[in-house]
Amino acid sequence: MPRSRFTGLIVIAVVLAVLPFLLPNNFYLDLAIRMLINACIVLGLNLLIGFAGQISLGHAGFVGIGAYATAVLTTHYGWSPLAAMLAGALGAGVLAALVARPIFKLKGHYLAMATLGLGNIISIIVRNEAALTGGPDGMPVPALALFSFELSGEKQWYWVVSGILLLSLWASLNLINSPFGRALRALHGSEVASQVVGVDVAKYKLAIFVLSAVFASLMGSVTAHYVGFVTPNVADFFHSIELVTMVVIGGMASIYGSVIGAVLLTALPQALAGFEGWETVAFGAILMFCMIFMPKGLVPTLAAKFGRR
Amino acid sequence: MALLEVSNLTKIFGGVRAVQNVSFAVDAGIVYSVIGPNGAGKTTLFNLITGIYVPSEGQIRLDGRDIAGVAPHELARFGMARTFQNLQVCMNMTALENVMVGAHLRLDRNLFKGALRFPSIARRDAVLREEAAELMRLVGLEAFTDAHADAMPYGALKRLEIARALAAQPRVLFLDEPAAGLNPKETGEVDILVRKVADSGVTVVLVEHDMKMVMNISDQILVLDYGRKLAEGTAAEVRRNPDVIAAYLGTHQ
Repeated sequence: MPRSRFTGLIVIAVVLAVLPFLLPNNFYLDLAIRMLINACIVLGLNLLIGFAGQISLGHAGFVGIGAYATAVLTTHYGWSPLAAMLAGALGAGVLAALVARPIFKLKGHYLAMATLGLGNIISIIVRNEAALTGGPDGMPVPALALFSFELSGEKQWYWVVSGILLLSLWASLNLINSPFGRALRALHGSEVASQVVGVDVAKYKLAIFVLSAVFASLMGSVTAHYVGFVTPNVADFFHSIELVTMVVIGGMASIYGSVIGAVLLTALPQALAGFEGWETVAFGAILMFCMIFMPKGLVPTLAAKFGRR
Repeated sequence: MALLEVSNLTKIFGGVRAVQNVSFAVDAGIVYSVIGPNGAGKTTLFNLITGIYVPSEGQIRLDGRDIAGVAPHELARFGMARTFQNLQVCMNMTALENVMVGAHLRLDRNLFKGALRFPSIARRDAVLREEAAELMRLVGLEAFTDAHADAMPYGALKRLEIARALAAQPRVLFLDEPAAGLNPKETGEVDILVRKVADSGVTVVLVEHDMKMVMNISDQILVLDYGRKLAEGTAAEVRRNPDVIAAYLGTHQ
């Protein structure tokens, strides 16, 4: 059984390896890169929502912190991209740690509201601090250069982002089946039961919140470099909702579901472009259909159907 | 000195005195039962001792250390484990994983070592898997070793909680109605299991409604009524106590 846990990982690795040779042009490669970046963020968010059972409706705020740390620090202050990226991650981590104690005293709807507020505050700050962030117009971001090597072109980006995703998938699979991960899932299953066996619930919620915030921030920095431009949309409420939707559609507490959810919801708007003006309606209808017929999400539902958990 | 000493313990919920001035002591290695009519304060007493509730007054000493108001996850460090009357099984995990969680404090819980799957973590987990399977055999759940928790029947889940508590290798185990909802055959099995656990040196504190079981396996019995201590003694003593008979059967006026 421990071996078969990684079957999905191998399948994804193979798909990622052959995909660029099958894609007709850079438009699709660009789409694939955006899918992979989203998959990484969603994976981190699924650890928090699906595995630990703690909702965050403000996660785009952390993506925004990373994206803007990269944009502002490299452009205005001449920091190296790596330093800016780490500073963003540190900032996101510290913020997450500071708010975690009070915020995770809340549960359910109240926790949702509190995280929503947190995300909105970050979003408002980047929109209003126009002198630094360019305000609603956004600002350009220089290319990602590490030492003397500069990452350029969709091909290079594709391989880098693929590597990040595979590594994160591997680490996540390990984590959820480690003592830390089991404690995390246990506090979701029964908070009081996990407490009486010695799980410091507040500490674990804090740790996974910080981890997913730091990861979101790092991927925000990556996105900023890749796109070459940031706008406040990256941190706003709709992006947060989009991320949560990817978690739910793919499947809560499903590592591979995170990837499937991110891939589908990133591709869907493109696939629906033909509907002209009706695409949001079609988008919403598909989401409703998924939730009514597959409330557990795609991957868990299909896995159950084919006799595997 | 007694392993567990409770003195003048009181818990007030609003205007209700759920537990009033209760004092008792539990010696190491015995089976100590708490009985009483519904609403007598048995579960409240359990929740006070195991840190779920903070006492309004009184002391709780484990090994002479005052533990009143200490958080449950801290108490686990002192060798305290418990099960719940209303099941608290993690339905999002397998049966075996539920038991493995019980060993939480005995494991290296480092996030990064876990994520990078250090060989030490992988080795320990492999051993733990065996230990957990062994515990499931002990409580009679060998048929469910590969089962997901949400696919198990009620009676099995009650025993799964006991296995999880034992995985912590506790010194004192609190069982809140382990036989509730079980059929007579299952009750008999839990009966034997509790005795087996006690014989292995774990002190057992038990809340139970099944009188046959209580009278069978208890070394000492505490009787509560309306939150007060009504009587304490061996099964024979408690059975003869007129106050206890009155509380359970009523009195002729």
